[in-house]
Amino acid sequence: MDNNSGNPAKLNTVGIRLNACGKTFPDGTRALEPVQLEINPGETVVLLGPSGCGKTTMLRIIAGLEQPDAGGQVFFGEQDVTPLPIEQRHVGMVFQSYALFPNMSVAENIAYGLKVRGMAEVEKKQRVVEMLSMMHLESFAERRIDQLSGGQRQRVALARALAVRPRVLLLDEPLTALDAKLRESLRAEIDRLLRSLKITAVYVTHDQSEAMALGDRIAVMEKGRIAQIGSPREIYYRPATRFVADFIGSMNRVQGMVDGESLQLPSGLLRVGPRVSNEVLFRPEDVRIVSNGEAQLQAKIVSAFFLGDHTRLILDVGNEQTITAETVDRREFKPGDIVPIAVDSEAILFLE
Amino acid sequence: MKPTHRESLRHIVLLLPALTIFSAFWLLPMARLVSVGASGEMGVSAYWAVITDPRYFSSLVSTIVLSATVTFATIIISGITGMFLQRNHFFGRRFLLATLTFPLAFPGVVVGFMVILLVGRQGVVGSVTEWLFGEKLVLAYSMAGLFLGYLYFSIPRVILTIMAAAEKLDGALEEAARSLGASPWQVVRDVMIPGLKPALISSGAICFATSMGAFGTAFTLATKINVLPITIYSEFTNYANFSLAAALSIVLGLITWLALALARSMAGSTVAAAA
Amino acid sequence: MKRSLRFYLQLAFTVVVCAFLVVPVVLSIMAGVTENFFVGIKSGLTFRWVVEVWTLYNKTIFLSIGIALATLAVTLLIGIPAAYVLARRQNRYTRWIEELIVLPVAVPGLATALALILLYGQFSGFRISWTFILVGHVLFTLPFMVRSVLAVMSAIDLKTLEDAAASLGASFTQRFFHVILPNCRQGILAGALMVVTLSMGEFNITWMLHTPLTMTLPVGLADSYASMRLEIGSAYTIVFFIMIIPLLVAMQWMSEPAKVKPRFLS
Repeated sequence: MDNNSGNPAKLNTVGIRLNACGKTFPDGTRALEPVQLEINPGETVVLLGPSGCGKTTMLRIIAGLEQPDAGGQVFFGEQDVTPLPIEQRHVGMVFQSYALFPNMSVAENIAYGLKVRGMAEVEKKQRVVEMLSMMHLESFAERRIDQLSGGQRQRVALARALAVRPRVLLLDEPLTALDAKLRESLRAEIDRLLRSLKITAVYVTHDQSEAMALGDRIAVMEKGRIAQIGSPREIYYRPATRFVADFIGSMNRVQGMVDGESLQLPSGLLRVGPRVSNEVLFRPEDVRIVSNGEAQLQAKIVSAFFLGDHTRLILDVGNEQTITAETVDRREFKPGDIVPIAVDSEAILFLE
Repeated sequence: MKPTHRESLRHIVLLLPALTIFSAFWLLPMARLVSVGASGEMGVSAYWAVITDPRYFSSLVSTIVLSATVTFATIIISGITGMFLQRNHFFGRRFLLATLTFPLAFPGVVVGFMVILLVGRQGVVGSVTEWLFGEKLVLAYSMAGLFLGYLYFSIPRVILTIMAAAEKLDGALEEAARSLGASPWQVVRDVMIPGLKPALISSGAICFATSMGAFGTAFTLATKINVLPITIYSEFTNYANFSLAAALSIVLGLITWLALALARSMAGSTVAAAA
Repeated sequence: MKRSLRFYLQLAFTVVVCAFLVVPVVLSIMAGVTENFFVGIKSGLTFRWVVEVWTLYNKTIFLSIGIALATLAVTLLIGIPAAYVLARRQNRYTRWIEELIVLPVAVPGLATALALILLYGQFSGFRISWTFILVGHVLFTLPFMVRSVLAVMSAIDLKTLEDAAASLGASFTQRFFHVILPNCRQGILAGALMVVTLSMGEFNITWMLHTPLTMTLPVGLADSYASMRLEIGSAYTIVFFIMIIPLLVAMQWMSEPAKVKPRFLS
């Protein structure tokens, strides 16, 4: 079945193309608007969005667990896989709940995809050993699933999905069930894996830092549509819509009167550059605390939270508008104090 | 999520054997039973005979009264015993629990025989009363014997249900009530009984329905006791009055089904009938 | 530990209840091995009643075991697939089906038996065969099998496990035998024990359906209670106890560690 034995790093990976793939459920709800998406071979695309945005539905359509509405097509490379059920698509899938088979040991779980393909015993054993060592699971081969920790289970799930040398790897919120520390270390491990295998991967998550860390491109989804797709930098620094701006990181929004190249606020003049609008956006880390001479605004501290590596300030800039600022300044800020602040005009965004 | 077309087809195929057997051997025969019930001399009014004919009506009333009494007594007895066994751990508890589960698998006939051994002509109670008062106490072949028999098969079931429900009761509620100054009796009335209510209703309904339809016990004790299953049986076998037997058994089936359905809508949980 | 008076009162009550249940069982065991129960133990202990039961009724024992195993086979074959669909498809129709198949338990066995006789009694070959009883037992025990399996299937995330197996390339048949069945074996086993126990003890339906040539154990018991001396009835009851005790112990043992109880018993 598999023609490229030997080096696990060499996979027959293919690109994915979705053609007008929408999904309407029998009760009439539109889970996914007809969507167009092209994923290059070896690329990792993260589908990011709040629950109910359609990201899981899109993944399940790619997997073959869900049929797109009439007219939708899924291509793996040049092959139209739309009519194929998941078991014939040759994908690897990692589930949020791991979905490891409780009736099988770790090794049996990893071998399962090879077993149903009828792979010869010797070759199968060798592949399992290979996968176990790749995921650092050698000593767990004979364990039962309920004897594993969450992180170990996730690694078994990855090993099981990769053992069949899938054409694409699909990951459905694989780290959501884990605690924060473990999440971070497994994130690094998955990143290393995806880079070294150069496999086409679709990764669903609602966690933006996971998306930023892992995605070659991120598709931010909202209400069944792709709101924006781009590199993590593009998404963060040039959000296309308000939704994207608010969903990725946090964003300050300030309204005022346009005054030349500035925005007039009760606390001062915010320089925004030649393009002006009566509403501008900027990120908290772009707010700089400056000397009085450089100050654009004189903001009043509403509250100050010392968070160890930085301090978060809630600042009143007048007209009942507050902004958030983050600073690594070691000063002790007190509510009621006035701080002089400035925002570089390159950091300022305009959105309709 | 919506299953695919292929999946739907597969599911229908997998359901088919069970549905076919059920339809062929239960739904169809039941339809036949309903029509036979209306095919006698009295026609459809045979279904009313259970109310209009004093013989059948008295049989219905005594069955209902007996079943209701058994249910009530069972719940009181099992409530006390079940709560006690759930809350107290002492030497011999496991043994007592084991004696409770054993009779669960007894068919009605065996229960009837147990009653005969207890209060029948050669029963142990009779021997004791004869030795004490010079007269044998024999209850087995009357309503009292039936009552004891129905208690015998109801108590274990209800106790186990109550114990399972009591296990899930939040102990903190009781402690909260006591911290507010409630007496033990008030704790039972205001916290425990409301908490056990779904279990009490559902097990009570099962107990009632089982007693209504119990045939083996009554059959063993005496074929002369005037309860509905015995009446149906003798109409069918002794008088070959098929249509009336059919009509009466439909009425009986409706009553037991209704009791269970009603209890479920009240308790809001799965009330499943047990044999 | 000091116990209150209330404890001892409740204990006494509980002991009385247990005595009510267990004394007749002890009596029947004693009567079955006593020369003359009316005279008492002093008349001597004997196995002759048990031997007599064996010569009179051994056929009923084999028939009951045979019917119980056949019932088990049928309920496994039709019940597990049905439970699988009921677990996977939770909609109005499947809820209806779930309700429907419980009806033979909710409605008295007498009614089910009468209905079967009225519709199929004319087919004499079927009427006098043991399969007629088998049909009644299957109807009565099927809901227990379905519910027991369904309970386990609902407790595990069956759909995701199946999706995972499919993502690895397993066909439906492979998924069913490699993943679904092994992960439901608790429920299947509990259901199987339940089905066999209930079939062995079923009387209400069987009494109406049996013929003199198709007497099951409980039917034989009723016959012996009505027409034989008390000692024979008791000895026969001992035989019944011996047959169901292993089943009960197995059920108890199963329900304890895993906490997977069939919904009906608890």
